[in-house]
Amino acid sequence: MSAIDLIGVRKDYGSQTAIHGIDLALPEGAFIVILGPSGCGKSTLLRMVAGLETITAGELRIGGHRMNEREPKDRGCAMVFQNYALYPHMTVAENIGYPLKVAGMRRAERQARVAEVAASLELGALLGRRPGELSGGQRQRVAMGRAMVRQPRVFLYDEPLSNLDARLRVQMRLELRRLHEKLGATSVLVTHDQQEGMTLADHLVVMKDGRVEQAGTPREVYSRPASLFVAGFLGSPSMNLLPAEVLEGGDTLRLAGGHLVRLAEPLAERGRVTLGIRPEHVTTGGLPARVEMVEDLGASVLVHAQLEGGAAIAFHSPAEAAPARGEELGLGLPPARLHLFDPTTGRRLAAVARAESAHRGLDFPVA
Amino acid sequence: MVERRPWLDVFTHVLLLFSALALLLPVWLAFVAATHDLAGVNRVPINWLPGPYLLDNLAAAWQRGSFATRFGTSLIVAVGVTAGKILLAMLAAFALVFFQWRAKIVVFWLIFLTLMLPLEVRIVPTYAVAANALAPFQAILDATGITTLVAAVSGIEISLQWQMLNSYAGLILPLIATATGTFLYRQFFLTIPEELVEAAKMDGAGPLRFLRDVLVPLSRTTIAALATILFVYSWNQYLWPLLVTTEPDRATVMVELSRMVPRGDSIPDWNVVMAGALLVMLPPLAVVIFMQRWFVRGLVQTEK
Ligand SMILES: Nc1ncnc2c1ncn2[C@@H]1O[C@H](COP(=O)(O)OP(=O)(O)O)[C@@H](O)[C@H]1O
Ligand SMILES: [Mg+2]
Repeated sequence: MSAIDLIGVRKDYGSQTAIHGIDLALPEGAFIVILGPSGCGKSTLLRMVAGLETITAGELRIGGHRMNEREPKDRGCAMVFQNYALYPHMTVAENIGYPLKVAGMRRAERQARVAEVAASLELGALLGRRPGELSGGQRQRVAMGRAMVRQPRVFLYDEPLSNLDARLRVQMRLELRRLHEKLGATSVLVTHDQQEGMTLADHLVVMKDGRVEQAGTPREVYSRPASLFVAGFLGSPSMNLLPAEVLEGGDTLRLAGGHLVRLAEPLAERGRVTLGIRPEHVTTGGLPARVEMVEDLGASVLVHAQLEGGAAIAFHSPAEAAPARGEELGLGLPPARLHLFDPTTGRRLAAVARAESAHRGLDFPVA
Repeated sequence: MVERRPWLDVFTHVLLLFSALALLLPVWLAFVAATHDLAGVNRVPINWLPGPYLLDNLAAAWQRGSFATRFGTSLIVAVGVTAGKILLAMLAAFALVFFQWRAKIVVFWLIFLTLMLPLEVRIVPTYAVAANALAPFQAILDATGITTLVAAVSGIEISLQWQMLNSYAGLILPLIATATGTFLYRQFFLTIPEELVEAAKMDGAGPLRFLRDVLVPLSRTTIAALATILFVYSWNQYLWPLLVTTEPDRATVMVELSRMVPRGDSIPDWNVVMAGALLVMLPPLAVVIFMQRWFVRGLVQTEK
C-alpha cells in the first residue's frame, strides 16, 4: 500500500511551471528520498505534500484520502526544515512541546511527552536551553523532536543535513535512518546530495526540471539508470560516457578511435549512441588508452585516461598497482556492465533480447 | 569606526559636552526658577543658583493646576494612545507582511501617505469628525437621497450623531490613527524567516496564534522602543487636546500648563509655572529611564 499518492500533480508559479504533472506512489513505511539538482522542484513537491504550497492541478492523497484542500496540520505530516526553524525565544522543551500546546494538550501530559521524545533524542539535559545556545547538530535534533512529538504518519525533511559539516552530516544521516526504523512512519527526504540519496533511501526518486526522471530502489536506479541525466547524476566519480556507433547486426559498437566493443545482446537501434560505463566496472583488455592523471583516493586510485580517438575515461585501480602518468594501458569494457543511451533524447536503449527477457525479471544477462 | 586621531577624539568630546550643556541650560533655568519666590524669580540679573522654595512652588502648582485630575487624564490619554498605536501598528504590519491579498499594495501606499499628513495638517477635518464621527456617513445618505426617501416612507428622520468632543475617545482615537510604528513593525516582521512562519503552520498554529506565541515575544524590544517614543509623544501633545477639550475640566496637563502661563497684567509668578513644568516632565522622564535598556536594544538590534 502506498502512503502518499501523487496523481498528475502540477505546480505553476504564474506562467512558469515548476512541477509538470507528477505521478508517484510512495510506499508506506519506506524511507523515500527525492533527489535532484537545485531548482528542479524538489522543495516545491515536498511543500505541496505538506500543504505549505497550493496544488495547481492533480490530486494528492495521503493514506488514501484526498488532501489538496486540507490544512497542513490536518494532513498528519510533520516537517523538518533546512534551517531548523526553531522558535528562538522558546526553550528546547517549549519548542518540542509547541505542537501539543497548540493542539490543546494539558500541561502535565505534554511535559511527559516532551520528556519522552527528548530522552529518545538524547536532549534530556538541554531542555532548558534556547536554540541560540545549541550546536547545529543539537538544533537539528530539536527540530526532529518537534516533528516527532505529534506522532505523525509522514515525516518530511527538506535538505535537513545540508547546514551541517561533513562529519556531523554522516552521523546525523545514520541517526535519521535509525529514527526512521524506530518510528515506523513514512519518511520523505529531499536532497541534492546523491550520496545522501543512495545511502538513506529505500525508494529513490530522481527529479529534473520539474519531472520525475526515474523512481525505484537506489540499487535499481544506480545499476540501470533510465537516462543520461540519472547516469551522470548518481555515482561519484560519475559514469564514463563515450560516443559510439552501432554497426550492422546491432551487437557491435565502434568507438571514436575505430575500436570495436561487443555488446551482450543486440540492439534494435542503428547509428549514433552514447555508451556508458561506471569507473568501477572498467577492466583490463585490448582498448588502448594513455594515463593522463592519477588521483589518490586513499583506498584506491582514480585514473583519468584518454582513449585512442580522444574520449576521456576514468576508472578505479588498486593503489598498489597504480599506473604512472603517460603510461599506455589496455582497457576492457565488460559487455554486461555497459549502459546505452540515445544521445538526442537521453533515454536508455534496451537491448532486443532484454526487451524480450524483461518479463522473466532478468535485469542483466549473465556475461 | 577605527579612526585613531587623538585631536579628533578631543574635538568630538568637546562638541558633545557643549551640546549637552546647551540642551541642559534651559532645564537648569527652569529648575532654578522653580526654587525661588515671586521676587527671586523676577530679579534682574537672573538667579543662576537654586533658592529654598521648591516644595512650596511644587505644592502651589499642584493646587493651581488641579494636577491630581489633569495627571489622571493625561495618563489615560498617553497610555491609551501608546497601547492603541502599538496594537494598530502591529496588526497593520502583520497584515501587510504575512498575508497575500489583492488590495495589499494600495493599502500599503495609503498607510504610507498618512505619514505625509500628520494630525496638524488635517486638523480641521479631524475636528469635524470628532464633533460628529458619523458626519461623513450622514453626508453620503443625504447626498444619495436616502435620508429624504426614508423620511418620506417611514417618517423617521435619519440623523447620525457620535460626538467625541471632551471624551477620552476624542482625545485618543485621532492620535492613534497614524502610520508611525507600522513601518518599524513592518521592517521587523520582514526579518522573520519564512521557515518560522511555515513551522508554525505545520505545528497547527493559526495566524493569531502565531502572532501571539511567536511575533509578540520576538518583538518585545521593538514594543518597548515604540512604547517609549509614543508615550512621550502623546504626553507632550498640545494642539489636539486644546481643540478637542472645550470644557476646562477635561483638559490634559499640557493644556493646563499653558493656561498657567501668566499673560497680560496678571502676576508674573514664573516660579509656580516652572514648578508645574517640572512636575509635568516627570512621567515621560520616568518612562524613558525605566525603558532605556530595552529601548536602546530595540532601536539598535534585531534579536537573532
Ligand atoms: N514562490 C515562488 N515563486 C516563483 N517561483 C518559485 C517559487 N518557489 C520556487 N519557484 C521556482 O520553482 C522552481 C523549483 O524550486 P524549488 O522547488 O525550490 O527547487 P529545489 O528545492 O529543487 O532547489 C525553481 O525554478 C524556482 O525558481
Ligand atoms: Mg530546495
